[in-house]
Amino acid sequence: MALALAEATPVESIALDVEGVSHRYELDGKSLQVLDNVSLTIAPGEFVALLGPSGCGKSTLLRLAAGLETATTGKVLEDGRPITAPNPDRILVFQDATLFPWRTVRANIATGLEARGLLGEKGFRIDEVLKLVKLEGFADFYPHQLSGGMAQRAALARALVNDPKLLLLDEPFGKLDSLTRLRMQNELLDLWKSAGFTALLVTHDVEEALLLADRVIVLSDRPASIVAEIRVDQPHPRRRDDASLVALRRSLLEKLGISHDV
Amino acid sequence: MSAAVEDTFGGAGRRTLALPFGGVWRNGLFAAGTWSLTAALSYGLPDVISWGATELFAIIMLVGAGIFLALSVTVHRLGGFGRTLIHYGPWFIVLGLWLGVWEVLTAKLGWLPKPFFSPPQGLLHVYITDWDRLLICIAYTGRLWGLGFFSGILVGFAAGVALGWSKRFAYWGMPLLKLIGPVPASAWIPCTFFIFPSVFHASIFLVALASGIPVAILTAAGVSQVNRSFYDVARTLGADNRFLIFKVAIPASLPNVFVGIFMGLYYSFAVLVVAEMLGAKFGLGWYLQFNTAYSAYANVYAALIIMALICAGLVRLLFVARDRLLGWQKGIL
Repeated sequence: MALALAEATPVESIALDVEGVSHRYELDGKSLQVLDNVSLTIAPGEFVALLGPSGCGKSTLLRLAAGLETATTGKVLEDGRPITAPNPDRILVFQDATLFPWRTVRANIATGLEARGLLGEKGFRIDEVLKLVKLEGFADFYPHQLSGGMAQRAALARALVNDPKLLLLDEPFGKLDSLTRLRMQNELLDLWKSAGFTALLVTHDVEEALLLADRVIVLSDRPASIVAEIRVDQPHPRRRDDASLVALRRSLLEKLGISHDV
Repeated sequence: MSAAVEDTFGGAGRRTLALPFGGVWRNGLFAAGTWSLTAALSYGLPDVISWGATELFAIIMLVGAGIFLALSVTVHRLGGFGRTLIHYGPWFIVLGLWLGVWEVLTAKLGWLPKPFFSPPQGLLHVYITDWDRLLICIAYTGRLWGLGFFSGILVGFAAGVALGWSKRFAYWGMPLLKLIGPVPASAWIPCTFFIFPSVFHASIFLVALASGIPVAILTAAGVSQVNRSFYDVARTLGADNRFLIFKVAIPASLPNVFVGIFMGLYYSFAVLVVAEMLGAKFGLGWYLQFNTAYSAYANVYAALIIMALICAGLVRLLFVARDRLLGWQKGIL
């Protein structure tokens, strides 16, 4: 019985393995190393946060996982297979919504389906995700008519309509006002629980990492390497003033090199 | 004076001043006044220099005055068209005055002499005596311009996309474009004569070159300036190169493309005259040169006005097309 159920609802998520990855950019003839021997394993359906100072190379790790770039050395694997090119199974959501300004919200969300010729088959999903991110009334709006939070929701919807198995989030709420950010964090959590994708969130906000993730990985300054790894066992919804979270926050800040009086 | 009146009465004063007229369009009345004044001057004063069509000009101005008189009470019932007329009210007034001054200075006083200056009635005379030839010239020029302009912007756009998209294309193409770009189209006349099978083809090439180069340059700039993140987003969503070019690069650079097309439109008109120098038998450019050679400047002015009106009309059309295609920019610009 349990087996039949498991087969009826396939797990829509993948495992991500990063094995000894180092990465460098060539800039003006100089070599800039951004990742230094990073290894981590993310289980299917897990929510992992990458925490580190700005410009430390967290975003590079996401670009490697998305397949936008290939690591200089080391391997990035999805379910054991090397990642060589972008694939809509793994979608990257940027800090800026980067909606296409010449497309309406609906057309923006349709981009992925359109690019893969699935518009006829899966077009109905557009209305579903519009409802999911609470933008039903804004389908025919152009991006410049949306607020920052709405634009970021539309960007999330544009990713979700493709049923990604791995969602890569590059400080997706970094530019939102604090109230909108809190609301969006909860919405993301709900989406993650219902859709079941694996989530890898890059952030420099310690609280955001602790509120959302199963596991927080702390990266050093550039070139980034893994400094610490903390498991957050609190069930959702989490309260930011929960005693154990406050203790975790303090220890994370210390690992980031910030004194304990903050 | 009117400023003083406004100061005295303030905004409220202006409103009460407008009220007694009810629905009357005052500027329409004034326009009727200036137009009938010009009609009276043209008809009443004797011509110092004979230009012909004096009576017809006076009649047209009088009919214009009559129309403005009728409009001054009906304009508010004409909806959008009426509002446009009201907007241009001051222009109509000044137009009547200006035609009057122009008429008096040339035909009536002779201060601006023949053949260098022509009164409005002189232009009118050209239109009624030479209309058949002008129409043929418009058709010939239209054919040349249409073929040249549209092939030019098409090739220019395709070249621009290729230059902006492909590094290898840009490596070889950009220096060439930068060399060719500033050369005036007329400088190509010697080799176009040699390369093209007929004068007509050579003329088309010159017009196409003039309109295509700004389109190519601006399209290339537009495509190469597209925000890289748009490509990243599209690629993670499963887009192939074809999608990236046609659904990302081109729509993103379309505002630039339109700037290029606007520039190309003006250049193409400037080069028309040169292109029709190449032994054309008809065409507005040919008409201009032919009549300049005979010092028939009234004909030259008459043709120039037609060219200016056609160019303005095409610019207007282009604006409509741009607003259709770039509706998404509303509120950004």
